[in-house]
Amino acid sequence: MIPEIGHFALVMALCLAIAQASIPLIGASTNNANWMAVGRSTAIGQFLFLLLAFVCLAYSFVVNDFSVLYVANNSNTALPIYYRISAVWGAHEGSLLLWVLALAGWGFAVAIFSRSLPQDLLARVLSVMGMISIGFLLFTLATSNPFDRLFPAALQGRDLNPLLQDPGLVIHPPMLYMGYVGFSVAFAFAIAALISGEMDSAWVRWSRPWANLAWVFLTIGIALGSWWAYQELGWGGWWFWDPVENASFMPWLAGTALIHSLAVTEKRSTFKSWTILLSIIVFSLSLLGTFLVRSGVLVSVHSFASDPARGVYILGFLALVVGGSLTLYAWRAMRFSSTSQYEIVSKETMLLVNNVLLIVAMLTILIGTLYPLFEDALGMPKSSVGAPYFDAVFVPLMLPLIFMMALGPVAKWRRENLGELLNRLKVLAVIAIVVGAVLPLAIYGNNTVMTGIGIAAAAWVILSSIYAVARLVSKRDAKTPLLKAYAKVPKAMYGMLLAHFGMGIFIIGVVFTSSFSDQVEQAVKVGEKVSVAGYDFILEGVGPVKGPNYDAMRGSVRVEKSEQLLTTLLPEKRIYNVQRNAMTEASIYTGVFADLYVALGEPVTQDKWGLRVYYRPFIQWIWMGCLLMSLGGIVGALDRRYRAQRKTKPVSA
Amino acid sequence: MATKRKQRMIFVIVLISGFAAATALALFAFEKNLLYFYSPSQLSEAEVTEDQLFRLGGLVVEGSVARMPDGITTQFALTDMQGQVQVQYTGLLPDLFREGQGIVAQGRLNAEGLFVAQEVLAKHDENYMPPEVAEALKAAGGEHPVSIPKTTVE
Repeated sequence: MIPEIGHFALVMALCLAIAQASIPLIGASTNNANWMAVGRSTAIGQFLFLLLAFVCLAYSFVVNDFSVLYVANNSNTALPIYYRISAVWGAHEGSLLLWVLALAGWGFAVAIFSRSLPQDLLARVLSVMGMISIGFLLFTLATSNPFDRLFPAALQGRDLNPLLQDPGLVIHPPMLYMGYVGFSVAFAFAIAALISGEMDSAWVRWSRPWANLAWVFLTIGIALGSWWAYQELGWGGWWFWDPVENASFMPWLAGTALIHSLAVTEKRSTFKSWTILLSIIVFSLSLLGTFLVRSGVLVSVHSFASDPARGVYILGFLALVVGGSLTLYAWRAMRFSSTSQYEIVSKETMLLVNNVLLIVAMLTILIGTLYPLFEDALGMPKSSVGAPYFDAVFVPLMLPLIFMMALGPVAKWRRENLGELLNRLKVLAVIAIVVGAVLPLAIYGNNTVMTGIGIAAAAWVILSSIYAVARLVSKRDAKTPLLKAYAKVPKAMYGMLLAHFGMGIFIIGVVFTSSFSDQVEQAVKVGEKVSVAGYDFILEGVGPVKGPNYDAMRGSVRVEKSEQLLTTLLPEKRIYNVQRNAMTEASIYTGVFADLYVALGEPVTQDKWGLRVYYRPFIQWIWMGCLLMSLGGIVGALDRRYRAQRKTKPVSA
Repeated sequence: MATKRKQRMIFVIVLISGFAAATALALFAFEKNLLYFYSPSQLSEAEVTEDQLFRLGGLVVEGSVARMPDGITTQFALTDMQGQVQVQYTGLLPDLFREGQGIVAQGRLNAEGLFVAQEVLAKHDENYMPPEVAEALKAAGGEHPVSIPKTTVE
């Protein structure tokens, strides 16, 4: 009964989505307030029905209802309850349901928080979101219904893929989807502007915080994915340039361009059609990412099982959305003329360079990721490009971008004197170069040109974001107390600088991890020791342990530094009872300045085991940096000027 | 409106130079980093130099897996039912590496015709067959258990 309610709720949500897509749109073009008002109620209704469907599926998991095919395929009575809940989005059907729920959630949020938005704009935005919803709900119901029954019911489920039984994966997909789907709001705003032909400053102030928040979720989602891969895949790496990772990284890069371009559009009322185009690109990339992951057209370490029919459907939907919105863009975008002017050396130009670099970087990744598909279509010999290609292309593009990150925030709009600007930053540049030259030497007694440049770049970004705040505060008149001056700096400014600061932390992590990592893979006798990066790892023994739904061999590895016990790591080799998959469960000692990572391999003889030991300096800084970037995004979205407007404008129902 | 035109010029120049730089970078990197995929039978016809990095995919031949005395180096044969290539890998093998399983190895062919792998990829799903391997097997005309959909429940 419960699954049927869930199924019914899905159908109801589809009906509401159809109403949401059509009625407010017609209302907006005929200026019928009642019809426009339908958008809000249907958006709220759609969300509630999808929430109900989601709860029904989660309930089926919790009570182990193996008469539901999806539950039988992805759960098991022995599966701990928290993994039974996360199993809801552990495979294709359920994660799609999460996708549409997230979409409806954003629609719900827009409907709730945008009360003072011009009514026709809100109607159009919700209508566009309704259209996207229709596409995905039809997809879910036609090809991937999570409520399909299994007859006769299974006695026991096939269990959740052991790789997905990890805390990182409990929250990674929801965050990532919130990010992917969140850009649908910016997209809907862009389409609404194209339809109405109006794009005033209110439009930007409305769409900006939404784009910011979507970017925050995407950043967290990607960071969690990377953290999960580091913990679970047992390779000690944090980024593999895997197609699925690239699929999430491309919208991130374009989204980063978008939030910067929105800043120009808001402050200077220029770059308008570019902002619209970016909004379309970002969401298209989100859809492309969904297509790549869902269709299984690309070989990836962690894509779901594939189904050609699904791939064709999403590809068709993608073509419709991209084709439709770009046609609309070509037809209407010329209306948006810029009202302000800028010189060649100005904040505008710098942000333009930022945008071009980000988009170009995104395109090189797109080419590298899709290349195997082109080749396939042309019948050429099979080949692919791996990490070396992406490293070779991406790093040179990021260096100028990082250089600009210090200039942009302190440059003036309209016109800047380049000499003066560089003069202001020259002290910072000298400090950054010294730090780049000295810091790696001081910590590791070793430095290379690339490492030095990387650390100098990080120092440059970090110092300049601190400097930018100090400069704003120092401009106060003599009477203003210091604290008040700090409080007066707009939140958007703090947010941006915090994100830039986080980028610097991130770069430090990346540079140190890639420069000074160390590892050993060898067969080790019980009692023997392996030394990596000045740490001694002594295998004390290996013995069996029993988990809730697996049996494991657990190694005990004592870690010492100069004969002092640091910690004992317990890596496991698990065999999950149902799928009989072996799983390497690495054991990690997390430190501020370095991680020690031990994975257990196969037994060679009875008391000799393959052991993999990694030393990963500063690796946590990578995710810390991402966290700071997200925090920056949140602080920016909370800026008073987005809220103040809500209070001052009269509420129009 | 001279400034307007100037503005547009700035826009176009920045855009073009950015894309030109990226194209140059991408082409250069592509040239150097393209990884070809061969099946064992294709490999015998392909002209592969000793220092060329490429990917080799096939099924691990039953009974062919042997561990070298150092305890960490493994040798095994890969097949597409037509040809066979000996592969050597030093390091811990992925969890799902086992006989009969479809895998992809990345490495170089040495002078003795032994494929020295730097990386061995096996998918984390027991029914999974890397698409390239499945296709190569199909091309070679062999029978193979291509990914069985997960609908049967034990």
